[in-house]
Amino acid sequence: MIVAQQKPLEEIRRLIAPYEKILILGCGTCVTVCGAGGEREVSFLHGALRVAQVKGGDGVHAFLEYTVKRQCDREFLDPLGDRVSEVDAILSLGCGVGVQVVAERFPDVPALPGVNTSFMGATEQGGVWDERCAACGDCRLAETAGICPITRCTKGILNGPCAGTKNGKCEANKDIDCAWVLIYKRLESLGQLDKIRRYYPPRNFRTIPRPRRLAGITSIDLGGSNG
Amino acid sequence: MSPTRQTKSNLERVFEAGQFAVTGEIGPPPSADPEVIRKKARILKGYVDASNITDGQTAVVRMSSWAACLIAKEEGLDPITQMTCRDRNRIALQMDILGIAALGINNLLCLTGDHVKFGNHPTAKGVFDIDSIQFLQVVKGMRDEKKFQCGDEMPVSPRLFIGAAANPFADPFEIRAPRLAKKVQAGAEFIQTQIIYNVDKFAEWMKRVCDMGLHEKVKILAGVAPIKSVGAARYMKTKVPGMDVPDEVIERLRGVPKEEVSKEGIKLCIDIIHQVREIPGVAGIHLMAIEWEETVPGIVEAAGLLPRPKFD
Repeated sequence: MIVAQQKPLEEIRRLIAPYEKILILGCGTCVTVCGAGGEREVSFLHGALRVAQVKGGDGVHAFLEYTVKRQCDREFLDPLGDRVSEVDAILSLGCGVGVQVVAERFPDVPALPGVNTSFMGATEQGGVWDERCAACGDCRLAETAGICPITRCTKGILNGPCAGTKNGKCEANKDIDCAWVLIYKRLESLGQLDKIRRYYPPRNFRTIPRPRRLAGITSIDLGGSNG
Repeated sequence: MSPTRQTKSNLERVFEAGQFAVTGEIGPPPSADPEVIRKKARILKGYVDASNITDGQTAVVRMSSWAACLIAKEEGLDPITQMTCRDRNRIALQMDILGIAALGINNLLCLTGDHVKFGNHPTAKGVFDIDSIQFLQVVKGMRDEKKFQCGDEMPVSPRLFIGAAANPFADPFEIRAPRLAKKVQAGAEFIQTQIIYNVDKFAEWMKRVCDMGLHEKVKILAGVAPIKSVGAARYMKTKVPGMDVPDEVIERLRGVPKEEVSKEGIKLCIDIIHQVREIPGVAGIHLMAIEWEETVPGIVEAAGLLPRPKFD
């Protein structure tokens, strides 16, 4: 899922400062699961903004709140039409995709981001998410025992591990496991160490010509493994 | 040039003559002052067969390696340009390779590079378009097949003696000899290792390297360095990625009076040189007296490595 984090309250207050009436718009999918922008967070943020403006005495905003099932699908935004016509801005707690689809769907009303979209990740434990996929468009997981070096190695190298590994940790952050040590151990237990001894040629970065589009069968043309 | 020799590198010539090689290291200054390089080069001249010049070591901005190499060359050294993949994509790397070869540099050390977070611009973007092993293959392809990474051909190829680094002390130990094999396969002709303080572990790594027959395909220079203080030893043990400083080393330095510690650090370095020379497959030493270049002549002499071979 997409993992995001709510922006600091002060930053959100600066973003909404020019507008009087604001719709705080939650998203019922990824950001609900990671607790950044679901119905609950919309309600908390609404309360926090009200308290802040009473305390600060600077600017008087009126707020509406609503949460759609998915902001990244236009059809889920259609029922919002009446509410949007009442406001001066939409503060979206959806991911960066959600904010942009909202902006496209309602071109006359400014769409503001209420969260920082972080990464695609998995739940590690309650309240902790770890990045797992870089969406590189050229999946190498078959060669690396199901552990992604492009995402989880800080240098994203294909012929790892580099020389900086210490006690199984990354040279750049001793709290993070070295992806290549994990790959080595898993390949060893799978009896596939030949895969780490093989040479992998430079990556094909044409698989990520931004912005990307995935349209059925034509996605095959986007690249493909060169290893 | 002999038929087997690829380049005009003095270091390659020393190996070809069957001599035990000595390389040194110069850290370029964080300034535009050429005198710093000249001064260090004059200290090393006559005591090393070639000298590395680091490329933004620990991701700190300094004079570029290739530019400092030109200054060192003017002072009579055979410089080894270090080049990392941290700051350049494959296009920039290949352009710089053409440039250094055209300017008369004979040696290139291909590195992935320290992470930007260690340096003085920790918010910079680390490039890492390719890694050190892919980089070696690119350089070899340029030199031997006159081809760029994309396959296009060039009329005049860069004649560079190709080197790489190896760290016997990083995890997992079992992958370190096979990873060296990958570097050799990709094009490495000489290897400079991480600084050795754990000689037993290095010997075990060399045994595995020799068992794979790699010492016959690549010249391995054992990395050594004098230690200035107990604090420096502790710092290397705990803070420097991929370093292995056994407690005995720290105890040895702590066992002498404070004013004797740096002298003991030099003695330790000489002892380690003697020990690694005895290990089968070791073809030379790489002496990294970082910001302590003035110790190099004394260490090389005390280790019995003088005079350095001279060729016409």
